[in-house]
Amino acid sequence: MGLELYLDLLSQPCRAVYIFAKKNRIPFELRTVDLREGQHLSDAFAQVNPLQKVPVLKDGDFVLTESVAILLYLARKYKVPDHWYPQDPQACARVDEYLAWQHTALRRNCLRALWHKVMLPVFLGELVSPETLAATLAELDMALQVLEGKFLQDKAFLTGPHISLADLVAITELMHPVGAGCQVFKGRPKLAAWRQRVEAAVGEALFQEAHEVILKAKDSQPADPTLKQKMLPKVLAMIQ
Amino acid sequence: MGLELYLDLLSQPCRAVYIFAKKNRIPFELRTVDLLKGQNHSDDFVQVNPLRKVPALKDGDFTLAESVAILLYLARKYEAPDHWYPQDLQARARVDEYLSWQHTALRMSCTRAMWQKMMFPVFLGQRVPPETLANTLAELDRCLQLLEDKFLKDQDFLAGPHISVADLVAITELMHPVSAGCDIFKSRPKLAAWRQRVEAAVGEDLFREAHAVLMKAKDLPPADTAVKERLKPLAQLFL
Repeated sequence: MGLELYLDLLSQPCRAVYIFAKKNRIPFELRTVDLREGQHLSDAFAQVNPLQKVPVLKDGDFVLTESVAILLYLARKYKVPDHWYPQDPQACARVDEYLAWQHTALRRNCLRALWHKVMLPVFLGELVSPETLAATLAELDMALQVLEGKFLQDKAFLTGPHISLADLVAITELMHPVGAGCQVFKGRPKLAAWRQRVEAAVGEALFQEAHEVILKAKDSQPADPTLKQKMLPKVLAMIQ
Repeated sequence: MGLELYLDLLSQPCRAVYIFAKKNRIPFELRTVDLLKGQNHSDDFVQVNPLRKVPALKDGDFTLAESVAILLYLARKYEAPDHWYPQDLQARARVDEYLSWQHTALRMSCTRAMWQKMMFPVFLGQRVPPETLANTLAELDRCLQLLEDKFLKDQDFLAGPHISVADLVAITELMHPVSAGCDIFKSRPKLAAWRQRVEAAVGEDLFREAHAVLMKAKDLPPADTAVKERLKPLAQLFL
């Protein structure tokens, strides 16, 4: 059995891994784990990842979680072009800096925006107060300011003149609130221009393919009561 | 001007960077940034890190934030022994996996535990509802279980047979609730044994030196009104 990637393209980190693997023509078996069906909670999947999360990489007996770790592993094993994770120590450090910062900043805000605006009400039938949603969107706005002001600045890509893992991780995050109907690029021409460059570098067809699922998130079928009961506490913990 | 490290040893990620630099005899100027005194908001420091957080690194004109990025930069630039961030693909992936997971797991619960059990009541004179503290400690317990079951398992160190940056990042996190009086190693003999190994690998003196500020945090005199006001937004994050 070759490389297997356990993914649900509903999830931002899964999209980054998917795009990276496809773009670099890394051969893999796609193992879809449908989160909205609760497949990540199954006993079968627990054998793969007891933490019940995606993405997961399985390379023979080697099992790896955490999208950042997976991206770095793939970059190294398949010797992808240098710009994705540069050899140059300072350029590399800039990518590391973004990949570290984003966990508790952009990622968290994008996740909360999707769940507060769309998934909690539509999928789990849970009301979200306008105040909560407003606070979440305000925090997202602040994170976007940092993304532009500290990371992007006047560069073509987040960490320099070429696309890197940082851009992939960031763009897939931003598509989360976009999928929820948030106009994150409106009034942010710098960020919008960066998005165009990232999409062009990735390839329009691949980018669209990776984002088909999230762009239809608001059409999610409501979860059945049993599944809702299982998922709600986990979701609330995930987005806290 | 050579390498400068902007640190407050009250902060867990700063301790990991400090220990790593000292252990590997990396020459640096220590620039102390006293968080409780608000020195992270000084004009000078904002030049180094506009996000006003520690740790921060300045190497000539090059500035860098985020402890994980700093640790890897130092490991590479100063060619630290391989075990800190192994060349082996899978061993390295294990370190990356830990460094990634910890941001939203152990780090959060250790910070909350220390602030809710100690800093709020003792330093800020602010009551923390018993239920909030109980939830935080339960979450910490859950993370510790994952630390043992998923990462440590039956290995000597988190990512394999040798100490790596993952262990440094983890141990400095765990000392946070320890300083607040949380007896996290009691009834966790596996984790306690790992702690001993990490301390021995780092060196007892360096370990103690790095944790001196933290261990005296419980003796801090109560904050004055100005400090309380200034720390309000920071403190709200930890409740």
